[in-house]
Amino acid sequence: MQRNPQLNAAGELQHLLSIEGLPREVLVQILDTAESFVGVTEREVKKVPLLRGKSVFNLFFEPSTRTRTTFEIAAKRLSADVINLNIAVSSATKGESLLDTVANLSAMHADIFVVRHASSGAPFLIARHVKPHEHVVNAGDGRHAHPTQGLLDLYTIRHYKKDFSALTVAIVGDVLHSRVARSLIHGLTTLGAPEVRVIGPQTLLPLGVEALGVRVFHDMRAGLRDCDVVVMLRLQNERMRGALLPSAQEFFKHYGLTEEKLAAARQDAIVMHPGPMNRGVEIDSTVADGPHSVILPQVTFGIAVRMAVMSIVAGN
Amino acid sequence: MRIHIRNGRIVDPATGKDTQGDLFIADGKIAEELARPDRVIDAKGLVVAPGLVDLAARLREPGFEYKATLESELGAAAAGGVTRLACPPDTDPPLDEPGLVDMLRRRASALSRARVHPIGALTVKLAGEALTEMGQLTDAGCVAFSQGNLALPDNQVLWRALQYAATFGYKVWLRAEDGALARGGVAHDGEMATRLGLPGIPPFAETIALGSLIELVRATGARVHLCRLSTASAVELVRKAKAEKLPLTCDVGIHHLHLSDMDLGYFDSHCRLEPPLRSQRDRDALSRGLAEGVVDCLVSDHTPVDEDGKHLPFAEAEPGATGLELLLPLALKWGEAQKLPLAATLGRITTEPARILGVEAGRIALGAPADLAIFDPRAAFQVSPQNLKSQGKNTPFLGYELAGRVRYTLLAGSVVYEA
Repeated sequence: MQRNPQLNAAGELQHLLSIEGLPREVLVQILDTAESFVGVTEREVKKVPLLRGKSVFNLFFEPSTRTRTTFEIAAKRLSADVINLNIAVSSATKGESLLDTVANLSAMHADIFVVRHASSGAPFLIARHVKPHEHVVNAGDGRHAHPTQGLLDLYTIRHYKKDFSALTVAIVGDVLHSRVARSLIHGLTTLGAPEVRVIGPQTLLPLGVEALGVRVFHDMRAGLRDCDVVVMLRLQNERMRGALLPSAQEFFKHYGLTEEKLAAARQDAIVMHPGPMNRGVEIDSTVADGPHSVILPQVTFGIAVRMAVMSIVAGN
Repeated sequence: MRIHIRNGRIVDPATGKDTQGDLFIADGKIAEELARPDRVIDAKGLVVAPGLVDLAARLREPGFEYKATLESELGAAAAGGVTRLACPPDTDPPLDEPGLVDMLRRRASALSRARVHPIGALTVKLAGEALTEMGQLTDAGCVAFSQGNLALPDNQVLWRALQYAATFGYKVWLRAEDGALARGGVAHDGEMATRLGLPGIPPFAETIALGSLIELVRATGARVHLCRLSTASAVELVRKAKAEKLPLTCDVGIHHLHLSDMDLGYFDSHCRLEPPLRSQRDRDALSRGLAEGVVDCLVSDHTPVDEDGKHLPFAEAEPGATGLELLLPLALKWGEAQKLPLAATLGRITTEPARILGVEAGRIALGAPADLAIFDPRAAFQVSPQNLKSQGKNTPFLGYELAGRVRYTLLAGSVVYEA
C-alpha cells in the first residue's frame, strides 16, 4: 500500500484527509495546539497573525452552512484571507470537472483548500493533484470521513474527561452513512479508548464495522450501560425512504436519547451531537438542553480545532 | 508466406505436450517440414503456444471511440498474443441489430490483427424487455447473447430468453448480479468499504442471481456461460451445478484472480471494476477454482477507459480496466503460484475459452490454423502507460513488474506483431 498521503516525507501533517492512519502524536499535537487557541477565541481581539497573507479557499461541493462558517471563522482568526466557493451551484453544474476547478483555483494562488464533497475519497483525489505548497483539509467526504469534526469531538471528550485510557464511548444511530462516526472511531482507538460501542439497528450499521475496533449493540439500554460519553448521530430524513427505517417515531422509540435511557450511562456521562440536531428524532429536548449535554461547547471548540489544523498544515 | 520457427519450446495445451523443436507454417496453417521457408523465426528461449483466446474484450466500437478504437485495441490484442476475442454487446448503440454486427466484423476483419467474435445483445437495447432477433444475429456472426455489464432482465424475461435460446441452441453469456441488491454500490460490502465509506455490493448480489440462473438452466436446458465470477460462494454453486451435469461454464477476470478489495488503498479508481474486487478469501477461492477446472477459463475483461473517466472520486469513476496485454503475464503469474505445468496454465487462456466459444482453436496440430503466440516467459517488464498499446492506460496493475513478453504474434500464418 502507498504511503499515507496526508503525511509528508518527514511524517508531518501535509493534508488532513482522515483521522485513520494518523499517528497518536499528530492527534495530540492538534489537540494541544487547539487548546492554545481556545484562549484566543475568548479574547476581545480574536485574531492571531499565523496565516497572514495566506489564502484559504472553502470549496464546498455539497451545501453546508455550519461547517463552512466555522472554517471561515477559524481562518479569519488566523488572519488568513478566506474565499468561499459554493461549487454545488456553480462550476459543477456547468460541467467543469473537479480537478479542473481545483487547477483553476490553484492558479489563483491558494494555500489551503477546505473541501467538502458528497463522494467518499474526493479530497484524496484533490490532494494527489495539488502543488507541493498547497494543503487540503477534508471538511467531510461522503460517508468516509469528517476529520475536523472527529478532532473536535476528541477535544471535547478530553476537555471533560481528561484521559482516554478508561473511557467507554457509545456512538448511537446512523453509523452506516456517518463520516462523523468513522472519524471519531479511528480517533478514539488511536488515542487508546478501551471501549468504543456503536448502537443502532442492523440497517444503519455498516457490514464488518467490528473490524474498526468497536462493539456492536442493537439494544440502546444495554449499549449505554456505564458509558462515559454518548455521541448521538444525526438521522437524515431521507433514511425513511429506501427501507432502512419505518419512521422517525419508531427510530425515536428504539434509539432516541431520552433521560430514561440516559440513566443507564454513568452519572457524569456527557452527551454530544455533531449537529444539526433533530429534536424528537435522535435526541429528546430535555437531554439536548440538559446538564449532561456538551453540544454547544463542541461548537466553540470546533473553531479552535480548525484553527489548529490549518496552522499546522500551513506550517509543514 | 512459409515460415520456419526454429528451436522453440512448443507447448500445446490441447494435448499437454511440451517439447523443444521446430514448427513450420504454410498457407496459414501448421504444416509438415518445409525445405525453403520465406522466413525463419529463431525461437530459442521462447515458448511457442497457440494464440490466446479472450472471451471478454471491449473494443469500444461503436459509440465510445474516444475511449478506444478497433484499430488501437486490436493492436493491443496482437501485442498481447491474443489472436481471437469475443466482444460484449454493451456498445452504443448496443449490438442488437445484424447490421451493426456485420459492420463490426467487416471493420475488424479488414484490420486483420485478431479474429473478432461479437456477442449479440440478449434483449433489445439491452433494456431487459424484448428479445433480439437471435437467429438473424447468429447469421450475422454472433457467437452468443449477453447483457454485457447491464442488469439482467427480470426472471420472467430471462426465463423466456433462455427457453428461446435453448430451442435453437444459442449460447447465453451472463454476469450473475442481482440489480436491486447491487444498486448504488461501488465496492465489495466488507471491511474496506466500511472504512472508506463506500456504498457496498454484498456477495449475495452474485449468489442470489446465480441461484436463479442455475434454476432457469435446469428448467430450460439453455447453455449458459457465467461471466466474471467474483465470490467464493459462486464457485461452490457452480461446482455443484457442474456435478449435476448442467450445461454451465464460467470464467474469471484477471483482476479478480489477483486482487482484492484491499487494493483499493486510498480510493484508487483503477480498482473501480464490475463486479467489485472482493475479499482475499474470495480471490483465493477463484484461484483454486480455476486451477481445479470449476472455473473454466481466464479472461482479460479488457475495458479501456479514458483518463477523464478515472480522474474522479472513486464512486463516480467509470468502471473497467485495460487488460488485453496483461492476460498472458497474469496467467503465467497465476500458474506459477499454483505450481501448474505451463501447458495447463496456457489451457485457461487458449483451449478452454476456444471450447466455450465453439471454435477450432487453442491447439497446435498439423493442419490447424497458424494462430500463434511466441513469447519469452522470463522477460520482465513494468506495466506503465508507455508500455501499453491499448488506448486505455488504466489498470490497477500499473507499476507491477510482470514476466512474459510476447515476441511474435501470428494470425493465420502472418506475423501481426513482433517486438
